Amino acid sequence: MSNATTTETKPAPPPVDKMKIKIDGREIEVPKMMPDWQGKLQPTTMLQACAAAGHDVPHYCYHPKLPIAGNCRMCLVEFGTPAMGPDRKPVLNEDGSAKIAKSVLPYEPTSPRGAIACATPISPGMEIYPNSPATKQMREAVLESLLINHPLDCPICDQAGECKLQEYSVDHGNAASRFVEEKVHKPKHVDLGPRIVLDDERCILCSRCVRFTKDIVGDDALGFAQRGSHNTLTNFPGKQFDNNYTLNTVDICPVGALTSKDFRFKMRVWFLKETKSICTSCATGCNVIVGSREGNVYRYEPRENDAVNSCWMCDSGRLNYKWINREDRLTEVQHLKSKAQSWPMALKEISEVLRKASSGSVAIVASARQTNEELYLLKKLATKFNAITDSVPRHGESDKLLLNADRNPNSNGAKLIGISPAQMGSNLPKIADGIRNGTIKTLIVFGEDVTKHGIGTDLLVKLDHLIVSDILPNKTTESAHYLLPGCAHAEKRGSFVNAKGRVQRFLQAIQPKGDARPEWEFLHELVFNVTGQNGFASIEGLFNQMAQEIPAFNGVTWAVLGDAGVTIPT
Amino acid sequence: MSFTIPIELEAELNELVTHYPQKRSASLMFLHAIQEHFGYISKEAMEWTAAKLELSPINIYELVTFYPMFRQEPAGKYQIKVCRTLSCALAGSGKLHKHFCEKFGLDSHAHGVQTSKDGEFSVEFVECLASCGTGPVMMCNEDFYEAVSNSKADEILQTCK
Ligand code: SF4
Ligand code: SF4
Ligand code: FES
Ligand code: FES
Repeated sequence: MSNATTTETKPAPPPVDKMKIKIDGREIEVPKMMPDWQGKLQPTTMLQACAAAGHDVPHYCYHPKLPIAGNCRMCLVEFGTPAMGPDRKPVLNEDGSAKIAKSVLPYEPTSPRGAIACATPISPGMEIYPNSPATKQMREAVLESLLINHPLDCPICDQAGECKLQEYSVDHGNAASRFVEEKVHKPKHVDLGPRIVLDDERCILCSRCVRFTKDIVGDDALGFAQRGSHNTLTNFPGKQFDNNYTLNTVDICPVGALTSKDFRFKMRVWFLKETKSICTSCATGCNVIVGSREGNVYRYEPRENDAVNSCWMCDSGRLNYKWINREDRLTEVQHLKSKAQSWPMALKEISEVLRKASSGSVAIVASARQTNEELYLLKKLATKFNAITDSVPRHGESDKLLLNADRNPNSNGAKLIGISPAQMGSNLPKIADGIRNGTIKTLIVFGEDVTKHGIGTDLLVKLDHLIVSDILPNKTTESAHYLLPGCAHAEKRGSFVNAKGRVQRFLQAIQPKGDARPEWEFLHELVFNVTGQNGFASIEGLFNQMAQEIPAFNGVTWAVLGDAGVTIPT
Repeated sequence: MSFTIPIELEAELNELVTHYPQKRSASLMFLHAIQEHFGYISKEAMEWTAAKLELSPINIYELVTFYPMFRQEPAGKYQIKVCRTLSCALAGSGKLHKHFCEKFGLDSHAHGVQTSKDGEFSVEFVECLASCGTGPVMMCNEDFYEAVSNSKADEILQTCK
């Protein structure tokens, strides 16, 4: 890892070789080479050049992160290249400009012949006509052919509202169908695997899903059976489409053919509020969009970030949101096992307890699922009491694509801030000993069930004060003297540092449940009451203050983090 | 996977692989040989072929379903193939196909090959059999027939006993 944040100035990149072409009558200069799906430089395509010029060429099978297939023909555009005389010299117009030979059908020179923009490289002097009548006619024809056997069941289709077939049909298609024959029927409810249902009638055979699972995941599981109008997307009969990335095919399917069993028929997509967030299920920290409505989370979708997760996320992370709405969420402030209390009372009493605590008598177990801001505030308390601190490591299997063996989203944050020792969890036995021999009298636990990590209920009962904040009940929350209901990350703002040292922020999607409050808010109050230090009462200010104080954060600011985050040395 | 292949056939196939720069290229030859031997290509045979050629089973399944000459089920003792390409279609191959289907209790609108309940006859449409001037044409096993009317069809069936 480099020793500078990515925001700092780097040596100027080598000059890019450019080429002049004309798009829709306007001359522009585009790089001769642009990154392909793997990021390797390849000759720039017409589609990439058009995008650079602000023209969105409609496309189905093309996806910037998948190998090019060129099978849907939606991206056909009319174009021309400088005419060459028999002497291989450019033919000039009377005004001296280069004469352009439009591409036409060889046997019918009055008919324009388009080229697929996704797979055709540009050449010097080329002219592309993305809005010409001929281009429009080609699009109409392609759409008409795609709709021949399409069931048009938009009213019951999950994709409606984010369907490229709908969108392009509105933009480029015909209102009425000329097709009077009977449509070919295909399987409507195919159980492809544990998380995916396929409607083959809606499939437009773009092969995005096939390429994704083969070339990105390495699980060559999908393909096309039969031929002609019976061509059908399928798995091998009886072989489940079941890798940990299958749900990405639902995202990239341009139509409603691949649907998520989890999201199917749950919510119309246009009702969903979209919030930029981060997956919390492992240290990769995939960027996600949380789709929520009226306080409920309905789905996670990956959000593109080339420094982290490209356009993908794993299925296990994507589906790990149900607990947010679990019935048994902790929603009340409690004092001494289930007596309800108000926030002001509880914070006042806890502050008093802590103010009286002597140096070395307090221990803190925080969670590496907590945000930097929360851990930073806890560290302030720890410093005040000279408290021993730790977090709980969480391990699983990793894979080659995204999933990290570290299942905590913020292990690096916990280490940089100094809550967790370099070997996370190595202080836990010391804390247990301290409670056993009576030196530790007050234990603060955030978001972990310490009874599962060597600090059993037998030890917890020995404490004078057990202050716990959590989201869901467990053995530790049951023993708490003070129980403070915290928030799921979808209910608050904050930042994490991922496994590669990328600091990423997430925003609030829904309101906290019941009386639950974002941890940083009440921690901020506690820190002020106990240490007299007044920090910033906003997440932005808090983050900026932390980044000033902790050298590793290099003084990055909340604003600079932006949507994509910033890499720091870890 | 309950698929066993005779040693001689496997040896023949192993040798076949060596003819190609890539193992995958031997797929079609494998499938022909397997169908020739077993009469059809079972799911297990596809999985076996895929494993042998270091492919995923879906790659083989695509081929088997793409080519009409490959069968996934045993065919009838007599295989009737009716040409449906343009000349024959104009000459009435649809009527001929329907005639056979009705005789054997099959659905004339169904896609692909169908076999009568007693396993005696399979009926399917095929593309041009290269005798376009004398449609409708058909084949019954290896025998070729031209200008087949319904009554001629019945005569052909008489010989299938
Ligand atoms: S299911 Fe969707 S992604 Fe896959 S080929 Fe069909 S339209 Fe394309
Ligand atoms: S790889 Fe990790 S961060 Fe990414 S979606 Fe899966 S669990 Fe979440
Ligand atoms: S986007 Fe499908 S052919 Fe270009
Ligand atoms: S069209 Fe039937 S044989 Fe050619």
